[in-house]
Amino acid sequence: MKTTDDLPFATSGTGYAAPSAEAESRLRGLLERGLPLTPRPWRTLAEQAGMAEEQVMACVRRWQADGMIKRLGLVVKHRRLGLQANAMVVWDVPDERVAEAGRRLARETAVTLCYRRPRRLPDWPYNLFCMIHGAHRDRVLAELAAIAERLGLGDIEHRVLFSTHAYRQCGGRYVREAAA
Amino acid sequence: MHCQAPTIQAPNGQVQALDALDRRLIDSYQRGLPVCTRPFHTIAERLGSSEDEVIARLERLQALGVLSRVGPVFDHARAGASLLAAVAVPEAERDAFAELINAAPGVNHNYAREHDFNLWFVMTAPDEPELEARLDGLEARLGVPILRLPMLEGYHIDLSFPIPWAELERA
Repeated sequence: MKTTDDLPFATSGTGYAAPSAEAESRLRGLLERGLPLTPRPWRTLAEQAGMAEEQVMACVRRWQADGMIKRLGLVVKHRRLGLQANAMVVWDVPDERVAEAGRRLARETAVTLCYRRPRRLPDWPYNLFCMIHGAHRDRVLAELAAIAERLGLGDIEHRVLFSTHAYRQCGGRYVREAAA
Repeated sequence: MHCQAPTIQAPNGQVQALDALDRRLIDSYQRGLPVCTRPFHTIAERLGSSEDEVIARLERLQALGVLSRVGPVFDHARAGASLLAAVAVPEAERDAFAELINAAPGVNHNYAREHDFNLWFVMTAPDEPELEARLDGLEARLGVPILRLPMLEGYHIDLSFPIPWAELERA
């Protein structure tokens, strides 16, 4: 692995050689664990991944532009802020209505996630999932009732699955350990 | 594993411990962290603080467990394979099953929920075959069938969420 001192392009403005796929994979693994909280976090990551600081920033910008990175910033643990009521609401929506219902639910500010998933009959008849966070169970239920009314989903069979305990809450680990 | 289960379940969490600068950091930078050589310096300038102060605040928020990290949220679908999964286990044995699930490679969320399917977790892997292998392995260790619910369509895949500070203060 090269050190930063070996890299000829560490300070120039343009024309960087593309980092190797291995280096990019290492960077992905490092980024999944979060930025080092140092004045120059990209340089620290660059040293660890065997890249130049500018290459790291270029990679991150490319991943932001192509959608690989959805957002970059502070990843909050909602429970630790007291947002204890975490409701997964599951709906059994007729197939012809599910996309429209999903799009409309997703526009609600209280809804933080909204996905279509397969039914697994007979055990699991629900095909639309959304998440609602709040400080209190009552507030979440009131919000859900208001949303269902507003979107005309009152007739749709649904269940509210509040979480009662978090055994783990953290970011994904997609990169193989050997590469990270 | 770099990821610990959260332990504190205080009724109002850590909200009382967070001052105006902490809250502005959280409100302003759940997205849009600058990609420049000194991002914390840039943030400090925008918030009227100092680079050292911003770094110290972020370190403290991480130590308090309010932040899991500062960094990117990758698109699951493009970053690798992932799947929402659930199992139905006896309530009395739930903790033991949850421990087995947490010990499996690639598990990044694991919640108890109020349903016959009472443990819900997200399994991740570098690719689909590895994901299937991890799920099959875990299913064998658990001895109960895993409900496998891949995402078919995402309507809202942004996890950024406005924090209702006032509501939390009253909690």
